[in-house]
Amino acid sequence: MDQANLQRIFYGALGVLTLGFLGVGLASAGATGLAFGLFAALTLGGALVCVWERSVVRSAFSLMATFMGIAGFFVLLESDFLAMAQVLIYVGGILALLLFGVMLTPPDMEERSLKRVLPGLVLVGAATGWIGLEVANSVTWASTSVPGDGRVEAGFGNAQRIGVGFLAVDQYVVAFELAAVVLTVALVAAVYIARRRREDLRPEGPVGGER
Amino acid sequence: MGLGAYVAVSAGLFAIGIVAIITRRNVLYILMGIEMILNAANINFVAFNRFGDNGLDGRMFAIFTIILAAAEAAVALAIVLNAFHLFDTVKPSEADFLRE
Repeated sequence: MDQANLQRIFYGALGVLTLGFLGVGLASAGATGLAFGLFAALTLGGALVCVWERSVVRSAFSLMATFMGIAGFFVLLESDFLAMAQVLIYVGGILALLLFGVMLTPPDMEERSLKRVLPGLVLVGAATGWIGLEVANSVTWASTSVPGDGRVEAGFGNAQRIGVGFLAVDQYVVAFELAAVVLTVALVAAVYIARRRREDLRPEGPVGGER
Repeated sequence: MGLGAYVAVSAGLFAIGIVAIITRRNVLYILMGIEMILNAANINFVAFNRFGDNGLDGRMFAIFTIILAAAEAAVALAIVLNAFHLFDTVKPSEADFLRE
């Protein structure tokens, strides 16, 4: 079987999977279910394409679909601030970082090793399915959420609640400051690790630098 | 949609992340797999929070996960660049200083 055929089969299966998600969602919960099916298809389809594709750039861009789908889930779960943070940080920040990583390392079209990816998918899928069945047989999940009716609150929504939670002394202010320190230290450290040493720029003649 | 549907999607995303980590040889795929796994955990945090007491705890956990994921991505990228400088490869299996 040649590459083009494989590609056709994979994307055909992906389309069928998407239609299946949409149909199941629509049949089980109407418009909300349709949105859920769309986001589930985006999330899982993007992740599958990421694992499947040979080129790192395509994988990174398909990861964008995954992150957007998860932002959609956050909206469905009435966490509008988280949805916004997801789009800003993951799509705008982490994905851009990954693309920088792609651009700064050599193009590496590994031969698609079906010998690795297919057994991996089958094995991990089987394990997940088995565990999922065990769990589904023993746990009853809540089918309705507590308050609200699936709509995001108008106005500030829970962004205001989260802001108050961050700054109220008896809530999350310590964790908030700690996260700020961790982020600062990590970013400074990243710059320090990734910077070019001075002798790398000027091969002849040592110009100091601590290496 | 009930809580079970969210947990199922999260489990699927987690599984695909594991597949990305164990089957691809490029270190960037390992980073992508880690991002997928963190996102799967995030879906669970927010879904259990929403279907539980609908308070703030799960959402706060998700926010801190996002913050740490950003820090992790930056540091990991710096390490990848440095390792590429050192080993001339982005495949973790070929970085074998200590094996000799």
